[in-house]
Amino acid sequence: MSTLVQHPSSLQGARLPKWSPWAIAVGSVAVSIGLCVATGIESKIQWGLIAALLFVFGTYFIAAGVEGKRQAKDRIATSMVWVAFIIAVVPLASLVWETVKRGSKVLDGYFLSHSMGVVSDTEPGGGIYAAIIGTLEQVGIATLIAVPIGVLTAIYLVEYGRGHLARAVTFFVDVMTGIPSIVAGLFILSLLLIFDMSFSGFAGALALAILMMPVVVRSTEEMLKLVPNELREASLALGVPKWRTILKVVLPTALGGITTGVMLAVARIAGETAPVLLLVFGNPFINNNPFEGAQASLPLYIYQQYANSAGSEAAYDRAWAAALTLIAFVMILNLAARGIARWKSPKTGR
Amino acid sequence: MDITTKNIQTPPPPPQPTVAERKRNARGATRPGDRVFLGLARGSGIFLLVIMAAIAVFLTWRAAVAISKDEGNFLTTFEWNTAGTEPVFGIAVLAYGTIISSIIAMVIAVPVAVAIALFLTHYAPRKLSGPIAYVIDLLAAVPSIVYGLWGALILVPHMDGLFGWLNDYFSWTGIFDWEGGAPRSMLTVGILLAIMILPIITNVSREVFKQVPQMHEEAALALGATRWEVIRMAVLPFGRSGVISASMLGLGRALGETMAVATVLSPDFLIHGSLLNPGGGTFAQNIASKFGEADEFGRDALIASGLVLFVITLLVNGAARAIIARRKEYSGANA
Repeated sequence: MSTLVQHPSSLQGARLPKWSPWAIAVGSVAVSIGLCVATGIESKIQWGLIAALLFVFGTYFIAAGVEGKRQAKDRIATSMVWVAFIIAVVPLASLVWETVKRGSKVLDGYFLSHSMGVVSDTEPGGGIYAAIIGTLEQVGIATLIAVPIGVLTAIYLVEYGRGHLARAVTFFVDVMTGIPSIVAGLFILSLLLIFDMSFSGFAGALALAILMMPVVVRSTEEMLKLVPNELREASLALGVPKWRTILKVVLPTALGGITTGVMLAVARIAGETAPVLLLVFGNPFINNNPFEGAQASLPLYIYQQYANSAGSEAAYDRAWAAALTLIAFVMILNLAARGIARWKSPKTGR
Repeated sequence: MDITTKNIQTPPPPPQPTVAERKRNARGATRPGDRVFLGLARGSGIFLLVIMAAIAVFLTWRAAVAISKDEGNFLTTFEWNTAGTEPVFGIAVLAYGTIISSIIAMVIAVPVAVAIALFLTHYAPRKLSGPIAYVIDLLAAVPSIVYGLWGALILVPHMDGLFGWLNDYFSWTGIFDWEGGAPRSMLTVGILLAIMILPIITNVSREVFKQVPQMHEEAALALGATRWEVIRMAVLPFGRSGVISASMLGLGRALGETMAVATVLSPDFLIHGSLLNPGGGTFAQNIASKFGEADEFGRDALIASGLVLFVITLLVNGAARAIIARRKEYSGANA
């Protein structure tokens, strides 16, 4: 305890020096290595766990002895929070790292421009061209359906909505946000069964549109609420009809935010697998017509390469490469959306 | 005087609007364009309601068709056999598996997510917390199938060590008893789900913790509280309902997650006491893996199980919304 700085004033209690956490960390690692070598524990993970436990308890008792119980609790909370952060970072970092590492193995121009065709699931070769076409078409159709309905609903809620109907719509938009994607898929499937229709890209797009609508409504609603009322009032005071005010003043003002919301929604549905599995079914051949016959899709391709391959390395490589493509697509959409949000965000202090 | 009064005619009073006209004026829809636009906007809102109603109606209809032909008890049968003339299927195993895997996910994810949110708002250096929050935001957008692929090919092989350790020291509890075999069990599923819902819960909790009034924290600090005491006394009480609703949103995700469970779990139709032995199933996983080989009746049966999942997620989400709404009512405290 000779390292402690003794304060002459009684108002400030004794404090551990700033470097003490590092010292305790080094000490606990050393003790844990010593312990493990002595007792013959070989797992490196257990070494780490023992070191972490030693660190936490060491910090507590040393701090409790020097600084008092309350400070010791504070230090424990700090180390717990750090530990939780590190624990959570490991799998998330591993996810990104492994996808990039394994995905880049077979990802090249050939892989992007060819389809599976007659390439069997267990042999190398083939690619994701059909899957990319399928995903783009399905997501495109879903966007065309969901965006107008979503934006109009948001306009209704913000500009017109009062009373029971608006309240009911708000509530059910919330409820719709929570629908599991597979339930949306089952709903369209039940329609297919009733009307005796078969798999198609369009059916998948309908399910994706159901998943997309509430997201678009929510984000558009938030953006419309941000449009200052003065703009509306100024326009209305000039005698502009309400609908033209909304189209020419309110929507252009909120356009950046609405675009961001739509892009985030697209990114979300582009990765949905379950409804596509039920409704589009997958197809190793190129099918450019979303209205007839089974199509391929990127997330579904990943699943089928994983599930149908019986452990073949070639199929796993393809699955990783497709996963990397999908992540890249989703991330580019996300980054672009955030870029637009920042670029178009309302400038303050004009 | 005389002339002027004679010449000035009082203008006729403007025609009084009738009650119906006045009502229409008040609502603002007087011009044709306005009426059309209002109709479109309101129509879209109504269309959303119709979709929700249609989901409920059509799922119930197909489910009723399937359940009426079920030879077993839909709620308690431990079997899923929809082929043949005497179909027997029940959701007992699926309900158990869905609930257990979600509980495991919540037990792991909620404390860690709250800790990360606290880390980002109160512990991390300012320069670090912004970028980390941004990255976690992006991670929330990673498609579930990618988590599934990663879980099946990377996480599962790494679970051997943990399973062995749990079996060595905790097999006496019964729930951590491992008979060997690939660790494609409920515990692995729960851990993977926890990793998946972590970014969402973290994001929402972080937003809530950021809204804690500065005054509350400064008051606590001025009374001599340590940082942990500030969090205990000012931050957590303020953020509690926000954290609860964030957790419910995460729970909704975990309950309905399909692909991550379908890739990791090796399913069967039994309820296993141990979390480490492979087996069991969840609603969504069962639909995804049974769908390929199901005939038309089999699909109806799967729709019946989907209806149960739909109802469960509706209840969970409804509870989350109710908590958020209550919080809004009381948020006058931070004015």
